[in-house]
Amino acid sequence: MRVSLILGALLSGLALVAAAVSFFWTPADVTQLAIAQKLLPPSAEHWFGTDHFGRDMLSMIMVGARTSIAVALVAVGIGMGFGVPLGLVAAARSGSWLDETIMRGNDLVFAFPSLVIAILITAALGPSATNAIIAIGIFNIPVFARVTRGAALPLWTLDYVRAAQVAGKGRTRISLQHILPNVASLLIVQGTIQFSLGILAEAGLSYVGLGAQPPTPSWGRMLAEAQTMVALAPHVAVIPGLAIVVTVLGLNLLGDGLRDALDPRLRRSP
Amino acid sequence: MLRYLIRRLISLGLSLLVASALIFSVVALVPGDPASFMLGTGAQPETVATLRQQMGLDLPLPLRYLHWLGGILGGDLGHSFTYKTPVAGMILDRMQVSLPLALMALALSTLIALPIGMFAAGRRGRVGDTVVMGATQVGIALPNFWFAMLLVLVFAVNLRLLPAGGFPGWDHPGAALKSLILPAVALALPQAAILARVLRSALIETLGQDYIRTARAKGLSAGRALRRHALRNALIPVLTILGMQFSFLLAGAIIIENVFYLPGLGRLIFQAITQRDLIVVQGAVLVLVAAVILVNFLVDLSYAAVDPRLRR
Repeated sequence: MRVSLILGALLSGLALVAAAVSFFWTPADVTQLAIAQKLLPPSAEHWFGTDHFGRDMLSMIMVGARTSIAVALVAVGIGMGFGVPLGLVAAARSGSWLDETIMRGNDLVFAFPSLVIAILITAALGPSATNAIIAIGIFNIPVFARVTRGAALPLWTLDYVRAAQVAGKGRTRISLQHILPNVASLLIVQGTIQFSLGILAEAGLSYVGLGAQPPTPSWGRMLAEAQTMVALAPHVAVIPGLAIVVTVLGLNLLGDGLRDALDPRLRRSP
Repeated sequence: MLRYLIRRLISLGLSLLVASALIFSVVALVPGDPASFMLGTGAQPETVATLRQQMGLDLPLPLRYLHWLGGILGGDLGHSFTYKTPVAGMILDRMQVSLPLALMALALSTLIALPIGMFAAGRRGRVGDTVVMGATQVGIALPNFWFAMLLVLVFAVNLRLLPAGGFPGWDHPGAALKSLILPAVALALPQAAILARVLRSALIETLGQDYIRTARAKGLSAGRALRRHALRNALIPVLTILGMQFSFLLAGAIIIENVFYLPGLGRLIFQAITQRDLIVVQGAVLVLVAAVILVNFLVDLSYAAVDPRLRR
């Protein structure tokens, strides 16, 4: 399915480009308030209309993309940084107490409703984008640990890994030189999926006021602010939501497309 | 089976114990002293100290944890600092909103997902399948709170068919059910999209099995083979997802309850955090986590009952 790969790359690329461009250009200044022009519907001058402070919505969406992408990306980084080594160790020592401890710890984190704990963590540490990253990142760790272990376990029975063991290579070196490169494609696919989940989670946390704080624009908070105005000016609620849907949809399609492209075995069954 | 059951029960107890310790530690990290919060900024230090003593806040943390744990075993989750009522009672009250909401959403998501998944699996690779699966991709990408806002805009603001928020209480069952419809739909749709996809791939996998070919060879139509043989066998992965979704629905309800101003468990946690009513936060989160652990335990157990190979 090349279609999902291309469509996914295009859709998720929109947010990336918007975020990148926003660093040196936005249609209007997002710190500039113009109450006289508040809640204007989309027009030639303001493509996405204006919000309750008269700020240009297109500019807000572009700058907000930075927050979403940064939070989700770093959270994926945390998940991979801790989860992949844990998964590799668990697979290398499969059946040992270490493996058992890592996997039971994983199960436990999985049992916690992630949103509840994210809310608790952000409440404990104070609401901010950084703490949202930590809260989302923690729940990425067991996901990557499980995927890595699952993919690495069958590799340990393969002949070339056996040969490397016989030749005297240690488990750590085998894990890094032979196992990791072979699970990398799976990790990229999982990373894309966790990235999209991270964007949804960030939006949810910001929506309830536990993510990025004002004046940093964020898609979730734009939606929270829009809630009381949704009847007056529907565009203030519709547009940030569409931005989230397009980005998350794009990343999910990209993940699907990458999985098919990277794993030829899956191509046979649609 | 008995040995399996005992092992699972021990691990269930351990999970609950570790979960309670984790929740207690995170809540203990929440800054702000509940005693000074209750008395306000003008309070005398001695008054605060006395109140801290009354609330047991002067005890060392491990001791406070054991106190709390001991209370739980007796069904006592402590007293709310702000409302001066037992936490257990408050949670039970709020459960009367959250539980029906989660169950309604779960039923709705299953009702939507079953026909969609079966339809797509029966037309694998054809236009109908592609269109339906594309739609589920959009469903998965929907933030439920945004979808909720759109539902309010259409059905409450424009059509005036359903209430935009609030909860009249179960003394008015009709109105109460009505006020849960939009939140349940908002919660259910993204979950239905996930469930439909899982069902489709599970069905496609079972449709490739020999017994389906046999059924077709003896003259069963494709549709009948799908409904009578494949569906039943595809239900195991679907059950797993349903178990997981229950926890998503309970937790996802936190945000949805805020959109619709529903007095459920999620809103209780939220209000309690802002009021520094930590004993309520602890209790409510524990109940949520325990519910999730218990549901997963029951799902695991039901597999073992169905499939003896899993009782290792």
